Amino acid sequence: MKNEKKWYDYLWIGELLYWVLGLCNILFAWLGMLFFTIPMLVALIGGSKAYCNRFCGRGQLLGLLGEKLSRNAPPPRFLRSRWFRYGFLAFFLVMFGLMLRGTYMVFTGAPLRQTVTLLWVFKLPWQWARVDMVAPWIAQFAFGFYGVMLTSTVLGLVTMVLFRPRSWCVYCPMGTMTQGICMLKQKKEDGGCGGESQKNCGAAAASRQ
Amino acid sequence: MALSKRLAQVGRECVACGTCVKVCPRTAIRVASGVTARVDGALCVGCGRCAKVCPADVIAMVERGAGA
Repeated sequence: MKNEKKWYDYLWIGELLYWVLGLCNILFAWLGMLFFTIPMLVALIGGSKAYCNRFCGRGQLLGLLGEKLSRNAPPPRFLRSRWFRYGFLAFFLVMFGLMLRGTYMVFTGAPLRQTVTLLWVFKLPWQWARVDMVAPWIAQFAFGFYGVMLTSTVLGLVTMVLFRPRSWCVYCPMGTMTQGICMLKQKKEDGGCGGESQKNCGAAAASRQ
Repeated sequence: MALSKRLAQVGRECVACGTCVKVCPRTAIRVASGVTARVDGALCVGCGRCAKVCPADVIAMVERGAGA
């Protein structure tokens, strides 16, 4: 039985810390770039989803909260479908691109908007943030990025309650992207079936459907 | 040791999140190359824990030998 906890089983504390630090000073939102770049590098260089599997603080936090709060109901089938996962990834990337555009506009002279956007629609006032120690575009990126992180966390919490604790992992854009990278890397080697024979890859699902 | 009657089988829509790996009491399931979870039939005891926690609901418990 694998009950011994490893250091990386406590990375959910880092996730909590990120939110607290961001509330204290929005500039800490930049730390969230680690949650983007590390899984990408692990997938690109290592060809694995080790970040999702072991080191994702958000997944761990959802798992912990889900022990008490989740209905533990099977998620709807569309959630795991390829079109939904890649569609959500595309949508997320577009919204991320718009956030970068806003940052660029501030860089070129537009006024700083001290709001954090939740669920792409709701503008939360964030006037208490002290950001005068950095260039306005650096602050604008922090506001935008904190909104991206907050939005994805809210979605993760909602699906955690409605379905299974780590339902967010099913459609997490980073998870979809890193799995896509791993698939491409694998395809080069053996046809995209996890480095082993094709026997158990997909055949199981086909027999169930 | 006798093999269990059932074993876990992973569907093709696996998202390779690794949630199943953490709950397996026999280390019978692992994520292969970041693409999909994979079950070692010789180690799986058919307890069904992986199927219960799978957030994508793509793990089924099947009779041994039934296409596994």
